[in-house]
Amino acid sequence: MTTGICDKVAILGMGCTIFGEHWELDSSDLLLEAFSECLADAGIEKKDIQAAWIGNHIDEVNIGKGGCYLANTLHLPFIPVTRVENFCASGTEAFRGACYAVASGAYSIALAAGVEKLKDVGYGGLPDSPIFGQLSRYVTPNATAPGLFAQLATAYAAKYGVSMEKIKEAITHVSWKSHQNGAKNPRAHLRRAVSEEQICSSPVVAYPLGLFDCCGVSDGAAMAIVTTPEIARRLKPDQDPVLVKALQIAVSSGEEAAYHRWDGSHIMTTRVAAQRAYEEAGIVNPREELDLMEVHDCFSITEMVTMEDLAISPPGKAPDDILSGFYDLDGELPCQSDGGLKCFGHPIGASGLRMIYEIYSQLLQRWPAERQVENARLGLTHNLGGVPHQNVCSVAILGL
Amino acid sequence: MIGIISYAGYIPRYRLDRMTVYSAMGWLNPALIANAAGEKAVANFDEDAVTMAVAAGKRCLDGFNPSALGALYFATTTAPYRERQCANIVAGALCAPEEIRCADFGGGLKAGSSALLAALDFCKANSEQPALVCAADCRLGKMGSLQEMVFGDGAGAILVGNEKPLALFKGAYSLSCDFVDQLRGADTVYNRQWEDRWVRDMGYEKLIPEVIGGLCRRQGLTPADFTKVIYPCYYAAARRKINKKLGLKLAQVEDDLLQESGDTGTAHSLLMFSKALEAASPGDKLLLVSYGNGCDALLFEVTPEIDRFNNRRRFSDTLTRRSELDSYIKQITWRGMTPVELGLRSEEEQVTRWSMTWRSRKAILSLQGSRCKKCGTQQYPPQRVCVNPHCGAVDEMEPLNLSEKGGKIVSYTSDMLAATINPPAIYGNVDFNGGGRAMFEFTDCALEDLQVGRPVEFTFRIKYYDPKRDTTFYFWKAIPVTGEVS
Repeated sequence: MTTGICDKVAILGMGCTIFGEHWELDSSDLLLEAFSECLADAGIEKKDIQAAWIGNHIDEVNIGKGGCYLANTLHLPFIPVTRVENFCASGTEAFRGACYAVASGAYSIALAAGVEKLKDVGYGGLPDSPIFGQLSRYVTPNATAPGLFAQLATAYAAKYGVSMEKIKEAITHVSWKSHQNGAKNPRAHLRRAVSEEQICSSPVVAYPLGLFDCCGVSDGAAMAIVTTPEIARRLKPDQDPVLVKALQIAVSSGEEAAYHRWDGSHIMTTRVAAQRAYEEAGIVNPREELDLMEVHDCFSITEMVTMEDLAISPPGKAPDDILSGFYDLDGELPCQSDGGLKCFGHPIGASGLRMIYEIYSQLLQRWPAERQVENARLGLTHNLGGVPHQNVCSVAILGL
Repeated sequence: MIGIISYAGYIPRYRLDRMTVYSAMGWLNPALIANAAGEKAVANFDEDAVTMAVAAGKRCLDGFNPSALGALYFATTTAPYRERQCANIVAGALCAPEEIRCADFGGGLKAGSSALLAALDFCKANSEQPALVCAADCRLGKMGSLQEMVFGDGAGAILVGNEKPLALFKGAYSLSCDFVDQLRGADTVYNRQWEDRWVRDMGYEKLIPEVIGGLCRRQGLTPADFTKVIYPCYYAAARRKINKKLGLKLAQVEDDLLQESGDTGTAHSLLMFSKALEAASPGDKLLLVSYGNGCDALLFEVTPEIDRFNNRRRFSDTLTRRSELDSYIKQITWRGMTPVELGLRSEEEQVTRWSMTWRSRKAILSLQGSRCKKCGTQQYPPQRVCVNPHCGAVDEMEPLNLSEKGGKIVSYTSDMLAATINPPAIYGNVDFNGGGRAMFEFTDCALEDLQVGRPVEFTFRIKYYDPKRDTTFYFWKAIPVTGEVS
């Protein structure tokens, strides 16, 4: 019988580097930095870690294939280390590996790491990466991530009869909010608050997305050490452990790309993963029950449609909720309290773990008052890999 | 009786006003002003001789079953490959069967008529199967040259067979000699010609009357017997002299299309011939003459079938579909005539894995998808497991060519980040008419032409060019068309 992951795994410690343009640092430097913080937070020693997973998307740039890079960097003593890759959801995939290892009882303490060095690519944005293998090169457009996500806007406008101006206004507010939050976060890549006028008038990258609708392209690493709730309570008796309430992943079936049911205005996998996660965590009304969210705002339009896919905003109403300040830091359901991909940055393999790091830290009330979400007890992360018509969606729910 | 059973022309959408060329290059060669009237057709950044041949061939086969073809001949002097048969690419894109005779014709500008003669011979020997001839050229003159002014890009296609011919083939006469007025060496990109007087006086003015005279003698006719004489020659003065020498009235001479498209090389006589067929009446005698290191002259007599032929405007329709290209620099950039900075993103490796493209050749060349025999769902690329979430049948598929289906836009964008020689890259999801979906690049359009629900048709284009391996790779793109938005 399926029993799910709820309350079977606790986060013992986490670490996260500053995200940004680390021209002077290798992946090994970033991994070591995140690991040192993570280990100190967990209060254990390296030898206590029994298995590790590392998430990384672009192996060609920097860490290569396999698990050796992490093991060799930290000199992990011949433990199992597995490199996982699932597009931009690779970080959550590593976390998932470690959690299931603990939940199965095979290991009691496991490490999940994520790292990416995007600034060694040589140009802005992500490098070409055929999602559907080599055949993509021959039969799919010469497309980029902004161009593929931008199409959500044209399809959304057509579906709901919303004007492109209204959509532009809503997604401008999405980016404005992330800049407001990122400015308060010393680890964020982009730490400057910008005006809505500035965002709206930025040069177009892929219609209708402008430069400020696109997330930062960064270097960084993040990590988590997970264990059983019992061990967590024993090692940290004076602290309520942050527990994994749900951990779901949904992968495109090929229907979006080749069948005609999907209208292109949202992400099908997010809806599936979210419903499964709510069920796993016992959440009935996410809009009321969740205290904060970190979603995959690779582009402002992605965040907009995700608010509906996560069943927080009703269909066609995300722009209204966004513009009303519902998702602002001082709103009813703060979203991207750390600045999100937009401003914290997006070193692909690390992003899922960075989101978990933010929820974990918020639940433990670790942030200064100006960016602490008060009384937060239940948070959600949404980590999307791939593009709207071919993707992997991870939804994790963490709670005290 | 063997004859023409269909015809079509293809002129690419973009036209460059010759004064735009003159404004850019007249400082170098002020004499260009003499040829600065009218406009020249220029292939889009993703077009070449192969794609234009497909476009003309597709129009020509409208109403015909491509699987009945027995031969496909492709003529060009601007083939993208010296070793790889381009006719096979054209045949694949036109969904012709693999049990077909294909050949490339080239070498000189009369390769178009050589291919046509070969097709007529094929039909004589194999009376059941029609043969398709596609000729296309995309010739380059150096910046500031006469050739740059005069040349245009385009394609012509003629379907030959014995089933209800529109025009019967009555006979031919050929002249072949090593008369060199224009040439391109094996490694040369730009056309080179000897002095004007040589080309004009000893070339066009001498050889064209000679071949027409030869044909008249053989057929027992005089030039006055022809309803239309179709011959290429981009010297206006030479045309006047040729007409005078032959005693041709102006109404007997088919327009040279220089003002509309420019001289399209191997395609030009075929293109002019398709224009003549559009206006022809039963009983008309049409004389098709080609030129280039000699001449071919082919005589046709129009039959009453011409009045029953569907969609006769197979040349004019392509001429009216036009957009002005306001930038000379854009055109020379598209043709790779000057280096431009495309950014580091453009340096990504682009290895073409031929074993893989072979397995998917039907999907790539013919835009072949599959249709589930259980639930009827169309799908692309071809699937073995039905994509319909309520079906999922395994290996119950039949092949289905989608290139003729058309579709409608589901979502779109225009992307300034993608590496392309013609930014922005415009693409989006398209639903095929009758079901199924894929993402396509849009071409021959701007962002403003796109709308969710707008109908599109599919066109065979260059997908990418890999300069490191000198590989041109082709696939299908979508063009938004007018029609009901739904």
